[in-house]
Parts: sequence; C-alpha cells; structure tokens
Amino acid sequence: MSNKVIHAFYNDDEVVLEATKKVKAANHHIEEIFCPFPVHGLDKAMGLAPTRIAIASFMYGVLGLCVAAWMTNYMMIQDWPQDIGGKPNFSWWLNMPAFVPILFELTVFFAAHLMVITFYMRSRIWPFKKAENPDPRTTDDHFLMEIPVHDNEEELTSLLKETGAVEINIVEKH
Amino acid sequence: MYQFSGKLKTFSIALMIIGAIGVGYSFFSAPKTIEDAKEIIANQHDNHGTSHAADTHGKTAAHSDAKSAHADDEHAEHVLHQLQNRPWAATYVALFFFLGITLLVLAFYASQRVAQAGWSIVLFRVMEAITANIVPLSILMFVFVMTSFGHLNHLFTWMGEGVFDPESPNYDAIVDGKKWWLNVPGWTIRSAVYLLGWCVYRYFARKFSIAEDTATDRKPYKKNYHASVIFLVFFMITESMMSWDWIMGLDPHWFSTLFGWYVLATLLVSALTVIAFVTIYLRSKGHLPFVNDSHIHDLAKFMFGFSVFWTYLWFAQFMLIWYADISEETVYFIARFNDYKLPFLSMVVMNFVFPVLLLINSDFKSKPWFVVIGGLVILAGHYIDVFIMVMPATVGDQWFFGIPEMSALLFFIGLFIFATFRSFAKAAPIPKGNPFLKESEHYHYYNIEHEGEDNHH
Repeated sequence: MSNKVIHAFYNDDEVVLEATKKVKAANHHIEEIFCPFPVHGLDKAMGLAPTRIAIASFMYGVLGLCVAAWMTNYMMIQDWPQDIGGKPNFSWWLNMPAFVPILFELTVFFAAHLMVITFYMRSRIWPFKKAENPDPRTTDDHFLMEIPVHDNEEELTSLLKETGAVEINIVEKH
Repeated sequence: MYQFSGKLKTFSIALMIIGAIGVGYSFFSAPKTIEDAKEIIANQHDNHGTSHAADTHGKTAAHSDAKSAHADDEHAEHVLHQLQNRPWAATYVALFFFLGITLLVLAFYASQRVAQAGWSIVLFRVMEAITANIVPLSILMFVFVMTSFGHLNHLFTWMGEGVFDPESPNYDAIVDGKKWWLNVPGWTIRSAVYLLGWCVYRYFARKFSIAEDTATDRKPYKKNYHASVIFLVFFMITESMMSWDWIMGLDPHWFSTLFGWYVLATLLVSALTVIAFVTIYLRSKGHLPFVNDSHIHDLAKFMFGFSVFWTYLWFAQFMLIWYADISEETVYFIARFNDYKLPFLSMVVMNFVFPVLLLINSDFKSKPWFVVIGGLVILAGHYIDVFIMVMPATVGDQWFFGIPEMSALLFFIGLFIFATFRSFAKAAPIPKGNPFLKESEHYHYYNIEHEGEDNHH
C-alpha cells in the first residue's frame, strides 16, 4: 500500500493555527506540524492530550528533596559528623536551617534536569539522532503540516489552499 | 455604573461601629494602676497553673534575688506597661496591615502604569478603588504618629524619657548612637512626608485616570505614566524607611538589613490577594464584564510567586542570624521563639506550604473559589506576620488574640469595605480611554479554559 502524505507549507504562525482548526473541523487527521518555534495553543488545536510533564516535574522535585535530605544526613551527621560554627551536629533536625539551601538547590536541580531529559525522551530526541523534519525550511521561516492521504488528494488540496498554504506537495513517506 | 448597595454600606458601617466600640472598651478596660496589674498577674497565675507562675517568678527573681518584694513590684510595673500597650498595639497592627496593603496596591498599580502592562487594564478601577483607603488610613496613621509624638502611647521605647540623656538612669548608649536617625522630631516629620507623598500620588493618579475616560488625546495617560515613575522611586525609598521607622523602631537595638524588603514582601502578597478578592466579588455580582479567568489566573500567579518570595526573605533573615549566632541579633528571634512559638511557626505553614501546594497547579489558579480559600489563609498568615513584628516588643508575653485585636480588625475591615466600594461607585468600572483596553479584554492565557461568569464580549 502506498504511504502518501501531503505537506502543506505556511509562512505565519497565526495562519497555521487557524488552518489547523479548519482541518480538524473538516475531520482530517493531522500527523504532525513542524514549526521553527513553539506556537501557543497549537497542541490544543491539533487535539493533542495535555502534557503531563508538570506532574513529572513535581515528582522529580520531591525526589530531589528526598535525596538532599538523605545526602546531608549521611555526609554531615552520620558518616563524618562536622562541627561548623559551633552548631550542634548530633541531629539532622537541629542542623536543618543550614541544609535548607541544599534542599532547595537539589530540588530545583532534579526537577529541571530530569524534566528536560524526560522531554527529550518523549520527543524521541537523543544524541546522533537524524532529524525528522522533512524540509529544512521548517527550521527557518516555514511551518509544515503533514496529513496522511487516503485517496482524497483533491479534497485535501483544495481545503489546504483555502486555509492559506503557500505550497502543497504530495510525497511518498518512507 | 456600579451602585454601592445599601446592604453592603450598612454592613460596613456596622463593622466599623462594633469595631470602634470594641477598641474603646479595650482602652477603657486596660489596667490603670499597679494594683490592677498585680491582680491580673495573680489571676493569670491561678489560671495558667503553677509551671507558668514558677517560670515568671524564676525570671524576676534572677534580677534581684534578695529583694523579692521589690522584684515583684518591678515585674508588676513591667506587666502594667505591657497591658497598657496592648490596645494601642492591637490597633496599630490592624492599622499598619491595612495601610500597608493599600500602599502596596497603589505601588502595584503604579508598576502596571510604568510597565504599560496590557493584561491588567480591566482591573485598574478595582485597584484605584482599593487605594481610596489611603486617605482615611493615612489620617489615622498620622493621629497615631501624633499620639506617639505626644507620649500618649509608649510603644516605641526609644522615645521614653531620658533615653538620650547620659545623666538619666534610663540612658541607652546604643539608641543614643542612632540618634541621627532615631529622634522624635525627625521620626514625626518623616512619617508625615511618607503619608503625604503617597496621598498626593493617589490623588493625581485617580484624577488622570478619570480624565482618560473622556480625553481625546493621550495627555492624561502620559501624565499618569510620569506621575507613576516618580511615585515608584519615592515609594521604593519611603517603603524601606517606613518599615524601619514604624516597625523596626519597636526593637531599637536590633536591626536587619533586609527588613524593608521583608515588610514589602508580606504587604505585597497581601495586596495582591486583596485585589483578587475584590475582583472576584465584583465579578460575581456582574460589575466587571471584561474580567475573565485569565485575569484571575494572573493574580493567583502573583499570589503564588510572592508567597515564595516572602518565604525566601523570611528564611534569609532567619538563617543568617541563626548561623552567625550574635546575641545582638538573635535576641529578636529568641523573643519570638519563647513567647510566640505557635503563631511564629504556623505562619510559615500558612504563608508558604499551603499556598504553594494549593496554587501550584495551573488549573486551580483560575478557579475563583480556590483562589479565595488560598487567599484567606494567606491574609490570615500575613496578619499574624505583622502581629509578630509588633507584639513581642510592645506587649511581650502578655499577648492574646482577644477583644482589642478582633475589634481593631473589624473596624478596619469595615472601613476598607466602605472606602473601596464607595470609590468604585464613583467612576466607570472599566477605564474606557486606556489605549491598552482591547489587549486586556482579549487577554487569554492559552493554557486554561475560560469558564468564568462572563467573557463573551
């Protein structure tokens, strides 16, 4: 079976957002939209499920907090108790104010780094990965909407022309 | 045009009357003589059980072990002063809290003008209405300043007799060293300058804002911009100075270099909460047709953000003093940990843990009832914060949240409602002439759905 897709090019983020709404309203499935920069509200217009990365980030933050609590306790209280500035070092709780900056920093560190790594993994981006975007212009000033074709080339082409596409190509996807 | 309904007016006046009666009663019932104070101390010891009694005795006995009777008298006199301070301090806490909130709403409004922010235009009349409080509150504050100046109250110990006189038994060398700043005429004049400056800006900002509605050019808009720039500079300096004069001066030996910011943070987060409350109330009554969930969401974002900012400053102040452990500095926290442990620590939960967990979720920030629940806890928490700034130096361990504190709070809530809604009724609820009005009307944070009362305009 042929694996044809239609590539519609746009040169404005507002236009591509409106076009997305129209294509969805006509009940066509949009495979992907390639953008040179993030377009607010595009994910919602495409009908993508809301991101859960905020929840993941919160959990990573809690993990970082726990690691920091464990780490400060192990280093400063158990393994090698240290007396800094005459502060009591016999219990973690009494030294806690001194550890707050560490608790804070590791919370942020874990939340930020693990969130970025999660985002890359979910977006299938890793080192030496070949770019998926079908046309280099999508990294510069063009937006590309990819729609699978099911013997409805004419209909799709006229619909996309109406939405303001500047170029429409039908290509074989490998 | 909004009409200040008779029901709300009656309610606000009733609050003021009840509050005024309560404040009057608390002044009237404060102990007058040392005998009254002794009686109160005896009752407290009976009620609180023996442990507390032994504790206080232990402290006074340490002063002069042989002269027990003399020590008792000294202690009774000390308690007498604290009890006489209490109605003053209770009123002062509520007065300062409301004045500070009003001032910070004014500063936030000025910052929106200077930034030429687009999102907040539909909230301008709400903010202007709240800042109408600056006039009555400044007058009351000035009355308070004059009573301190006239030695009718003794909240500021450094104003006491003989503090600057090396011959006097009350001589205080540390305070004397700060005489170039801490002196009664300077303090009174500075207080007057702050209050006057704030009121003048509010007068012109409101005037230009109303002129904008009917103006054919951008002149009033530009004038307001310039006035706001000048005010913000004035505000940044006077806010710090007033927090030294009016709050840090209560503990004249102690000092903290970030105190001005700390007071700013506590008042700013309360001010944004109050803007959110008045907005949500007026919108629910249908008087703010263009305010949508995104505006509420933004206010809640500020409440969330500045709650974290407050915690940062609270902790920065605490940790440095805790770590350095210099007795001149730790005395401030020792007083709070000894006698105010419960409010002092629960305040951190109310002002940090609760708002952070409640308002961290983006969807929750656009739900008015979530914002109201979070806001009530934030306001209560920051009232406690101001309470703990004022009370330890003025009433010490004789503090309680009773009739004086409650009535003062009721009085100022009543005054707040009266002044705010009366002012809101005097101008169009939407600043029609503002060049950014359209931007504000269409404001939509893309990540949330609008479900609020009205956004189909």
